[in-house]
Amino acid sequence: MSMTQPPKSDAGAQMLAGARWRWHEGLFWLAAIGLFFLFGDFIPGVPTRLMLLSEIISLGLLALSIDLVLGYAGVVTLGQGAFFGLGSYVAALMAKAGMGAFPLSDPVVGLLAAAAVSGFAGFVTSFLVLRGSDLTRLMVTLGVALILAELANQMRWLTGGADGLHGVIMGPVLGQWDFDLWGRTAYLYSLAVLFVCFWISRRIVNSPFGLSLKAIKGNALRARAIGVPVNARLVAIYTIAAAIAGVAGALLAQTTQSASPDMIAFHRSADALLILVFGGAGYLYGGLIGAGLFRVMQDVIGNITLQYWQFWLGLVLVLLVLFVRGGVIGLIEGMRDRLTRKGDAP
Amino acid sequence: MLTILFDGVAYGMLLFVLAIGLCVTLGLMNFINLAHGAFAMAGGYLTIVMMNRYGISFYWGLPAAFVFSALLGVVLERTLYVHLYTKSHLDQVLFSIGLVFMATAVVDYFMGANQQTINLPPSLEGRVNFLGASIGVYRIFTIILCGLLTVGLQFVLSKTRFGSRLRAAVDDGRVARGMGIDVTRIFAVTFAVGSGLAGLGGALSTGIISMDPTFPLKYMIYFLIVISVGGSTTITGPFFASLLLGVADVAGKYYVPAVGGFIIYTIMVVVLILRPQGLFTRASR
Repeated sequence: MSMTQPPKSDAGAQMLAGARWRWHEGLFWLAAIGLFFLFGDFIPGVPTRLMLLSEIISLGLLALSIDLVLGYAGVVTLGQGAFFGLGSYVAALMAKAGMGAFPLSDPVVGLLAAAAVSGFAGFVTSFLVLRGSDLTRLMVTLGVALILAELANQMRWLTGGADGLHGVIMGPVLGQWDFDLWGRTAYLYSLAVLFVCFWISRRIVNSPFGLSLKAIKGNALRARAIGVPVNARLVAIYTIAAAIAGVAGALLAQTTQSASPDMIAFHRSADALLILVFGGAGYLYGGLIGAGLFRVMQDVIGNITLQYWQFWLGLVLVLLVLFVRGGVIGLIEGMRDRLTRKGDAP
Repeated sequence: MLTILFDGVAYGMLLFVLAIGLCVTLGLMNFINLAHGAFAMAGGYLTIVMMNRYGISFYWGLPAAFVFSALLGVVLERTLYVHLYTKSHLDQVLFSIGLVFMATAVVDYFMGANQQTINLPPSLEGRVNFLGASIGVYRIFTIILCGLLTVGLQFVLSKTRFGSRLRAAVDDGRVARGMGIDVTRIFAVTFAVGSGLAGLGGALSTGIISMDPTFPLKYMIYFLIVISVGGSTTITGPFFASLLLGVADVAGKYYVPAVGGFIIYTIMVVVLILRPQGLFTRASR
């Protein structure tokens, strides 16, 4: 939706104000580019961590897609991992069939195909989440995810079964940049894809469409009463989120050059949900920040007690639910509010 | 054929005892407790420790598992869960998944990650012939015990004063409170009994399925299926759902092992599609 006419109404002005880019957002993306130079084997002595960072980006993108459904439209889902896994298998299978040649092994073509397939799967299954309570939705999304995971496990001839697909050869990105050993291309490519998806999501949530989603989240009955086509909106956002989750999965498959049942397993969905809640749902950045913290925490705790990191993860979750609203971002906002409240009238 | 049916029924009965506590929490308090399996695991491991380390009889293990899990349930309910009743479903889900993660890691730490089994007492081993089918004695024991429990539960719920109070609290907690029923206390007692039953189920299941730290996560899905298929307002609904699930699972794994895992998930999704409203929202009577 291009803004050819400046909106005159207050609502339009308010929405435009909400959509304006802020300085700390620029800082965030600059920092993401900065990480490339810090961990990209440019400085001697600093370990190369670009593969880990690429994985964080892919996880963050998955969490972002959940944020669209959960944080904005208020639909609880435990099955987003299904679309993630579907996307990763689509990308890996295409690249494998293409043997490293254009067009099948082209990463961008793979991403688009994964988005299309996952989006279609999302569209079909979205009708299942329209009805019922939170618990029904949880169960249906979980059920769909479990069925897909079981399919991936059983269709040995296509997916390689429990072993997964390995030795996937990717073509160069845009026909220019080959994936290298240090993961430099992988990181920049992932970051670029993340930014594009983020930008799209940002446009979506700041549009009138996004506003109607928030209305649905607030009260579906009233939203319907003021003329919001609730079901159509939910189908649309669920489809979009599924497509983005598919892109995230494809990214991971392309950068790790493999796909495995692990990518479609239940714990993906659970992890991504935790990541989102950890970072803060309903901010878009929550998933990205959460993914970074989650993986770093996993690494640090994993180094101390390899086996029992789940315990600390569980503890963090329990404390988060009991004491913190809105995850890390919520925590920061709360502190900022407390600081600025002195000046403002409450 | 009959053997499979029998095994399926035994398995289903077991699932019912494991899941009934969750049913009640969900139906009564509208609280999604995904950590229910952790209570079952507690009971199961207690039995294993009692039998394998201290050589105590299996028959003592069962009541001990019940009491232990019930106590655990009360303590957690009073200290942690009570803060969660008013929070959103998402918070409840995350909170209880967090508990599951912690329980899994703790059990892993103390008991190791490998599967643990018990040696059944000699009186429960062996098989008998019944109408030409060979049936394990332990399966019969399980069916009888779970059957008695079901009848007992049904009796308590429908005939006793506590049962009618409980049903009143299920139907409308606020009105029940207004009538002078101590809903909070009933919540706590019911939670304890539900957890205790889960513990008992866990102890029983050590004889059929082995215990390992991932038990709560693995069986969480089964419990939820039982509830989503059977509904959470009666105990007959989940009872038949458990039997159906048990038979379908055992038969499916036996006859068509390749698609065994699909059957139960597909049943669940189909039921939820066909009757999404009638399953979790209370049918207006």
